[in-house]
Amino acid sequence: MAGTGKAHLRNSPDVLLRVEDLTVEFPVGRTGLKVNAVSGISLDVLRGETLGLVGESGCGKSTTGRAIMQLRRPEGGSVVFEGNELTKMTLAEMREARTRMQMIFQDPISSLNPRRKVRDIVMEPLTIWKRGSNAERATKVDALLSEVGIDPDRAAESQPHQFSGGQCQRISIARSLVLDPTLIICDEPVSALDVSVQAQVLNLLEDLKAKHGLTLIFIAHDLAVVKNISDRIAVMYLGKICEVAPSDGLYQQPAHHYTKVLLDSIPVPDPEVALHKVAIEGEPPSPVLPPPGCRFNPRCPAADDRCRSEEPQLREIGAGHFVACHHPLVGGESPVSVRTTADA
Amino acid sequence: MSIGSTTNITQAALRDVQGPLLELTDVRTHFRTPRGLVRAVDGVSFTLERGRSLGIVGESGSGKTILSRSIMGLLPSKGTERSGSIKFAGTEVGNKSRKEMRHIWGKEMAMIFQDPMTSLNPLMRIGDQIAEPLRLHLGMSKADAAATARRLLQDVRIPEPDRRLAQYPHEMSGGMRQRVMIAIAMACGPTALFADEPTTALDVTVQAQILDLLGEQRRERNMSLVLVTHDLGVVAGHTDEIAVMYGGKLVEKAPTKRLFAAMKMPYTEGLLASIPKLEDQSHSRLNVIPGRPPDLVNPPKGCRFAPRCPYASARCNEEEPPLTATQDDPNHSYACWYPVGSPEYHEARARINASAGVN
Repeated sequence: MAGTGKAHLRNSPDVLLRVEDLTVEFPVGRTGLKVNAVSGISLDVLRGETLGLVGESGCGKSTTGRAIMQLRRPEGGSVVFEGNELTKMTLAEMREARTRMQMIFQDPISSLNPRRKVRDIVMEPLTIWKRGSNAERATKVDALLSEVGIDPDRAAESQPHQFSGGQCQRISIARSLVLDPTLIICDEPVSALDVSVQAQVLNLLEDLKAKHGLTLIFIAHDLAVVKNISDRIAVMYLGKICEVAPSDGLYQQPAHHYTKVLLDSIPVPDPEVALHKVAIEGEPPSPVLPPPGCRFNPRCPAADDRCRSEEPQLREIGAGHFVACHHPLVGGESPVSVRTTADA
Repeated sequence: MSIGSTTNITQAALRDVQGPLLELTDVRTHFRTPRGLVRAVDGVSFTLERGRSLGIVGESGSGKTILSRSIMGLLPSKGTERSGSIKFAGTEVGNKSRKEMRHIWGKEMAMIFQDPMTSLNPLMRIGDQIAEPLRLHLGMSKADAAATARRLLQDVRIPEPDRRLAQYPHEMSGGMRQRVMIAIAMACGPTALFADEPTTALDVTVQAQILDLLGEQRRERNMSLVLVTHDLGVVAGHTDEIAVMYGGKLVEKAPTKRLFAAMKMPYTEGLLASIPKLEDQSHSRLNVIPGRPPDLVNPPKGCRFAPRCPYASARCNEEEPPLTATQDDPNHSYACWYPVGSPEYHEARARINASAGVN
């Protein structure tokens, strides 16, 4: 069966990262079965762009982030970053490449070494890569800490547990910036934070992105958060991409039924409009035995026989707006494929 | 409900009492620590009627969790100082020991927590975990408890209940586990359910399902629901009233619709403004509340929110504003000298906008 298509990939000299047919599988014990975590997805990110990856738990969004970083080698597909193929790199080459692509994780407290001083944690990448003199390193770290809103003097004498969750996330961000990377993959960076702190961290990321000329991949399950920070959003479901669109377009005209569900599930902070019915019943099926055809068909209100047998391909329905659905909410029915006409 | 037949006398007696279900007067919970006395809850008073739902909203460290745990009597025994009165269905529970509270937990008050994985016993089958309170509190036979457990799983919309009863927690997703927690909490038909951040660890789609389930169970069982959360969006559609906490104090309380239509506290305004809105263009600047919540060992002298309040003036730093009712709605009270909408508020806003170069 084909992947979800590559119609949405762009041919531009500005492409910083290009992922094609990325596949990640996990074996299930000795059963011979496998978890199809990511099933042949393709995506690209332009320089200076923020790509949002959104979906429920288990849709493969974090695994995609980790596979791009080669933290887990993907089972198939290619990842080209700044013109270099990452999947074929040796461990040493990959370590070098990771100085230019960094990652921020969901739980800020457990991603920092609890026994070290915060300032040393932020400085460590510079020490490992022997960048600059001691004085230069110190100046750089102090400047970065101040930039993310952490007092460098306090950081010099405190350990992570002496900071709040929001502050620890700021420290993680400072650490990710210290080697001057071009790409930062943010895996649910604000999901563990209070709404008020979440807003502070999102604003901070926007500021840093502008100042340091960063490109971001922002992974989250909350579409409102993703929409706020992203230029382009890819919606994932059960290891596949079902819709790619500019963030404002995705909200104004969701085409995939799953995107609509995600949008409707966001609690509206207004008691007058909040009395809506549950948008969707049940939870995603197991990625060990994903349903044939469109993977969303068991939960989709518009599913028919075609959705249960033929996998929809990504196709363009508007400027930069791509959907993998036979019966999308906008953009018309998908053309009947050659295979089905031949069968008929 | 078949539980009704086995309801014991104290429970029936408690339910017959008229008046509010929950009455808090000047509740204080302080913790003795090496750094000094942490005033986690510092003088909270409110009442909650039977069958109503209340949202307690605030940031981390606002005292919302400690308040709900104080009501439940789930506090560490060492180093805790409690004062004030907590009346549950007319009976004082604030001074009860853990041993005495055991008769109230489960049957009268139940609680569900944020993390459904760690609140379930990983070594016990789901069915046995639901049956345990039924046998312990209601003295049901093994067969009755098993049948009730099955029906409770159906009530919380878990498909294939028979298969699920025999499973262990690790075989279920986070959303399913939270449904099991709700089934356990409902098992003995409590009059009040405390839900502490019940959906924070869950996906948005599952969050919507769980919140609807809680609301539905509350209406069907005429139960009071206290929903503790940091997200005003979560409580907007699922509560009758909202209490906003800051620095261990209640700073605003109002019926939900009223609160959203006419909030008075600048803190409530700030919390609402910091939620990213889908209608906004992407990359729109989010409104933030600058700074961090106060240190509860040495809280600020005047209004505890004053150091972060964009509209604060000299009086706010000196005098603590009392919780007072609004003139047009006695159910809406707030603690602020210059509330949202007052002339001083507009003056301060104009000043801020002028300095930021906005009209």
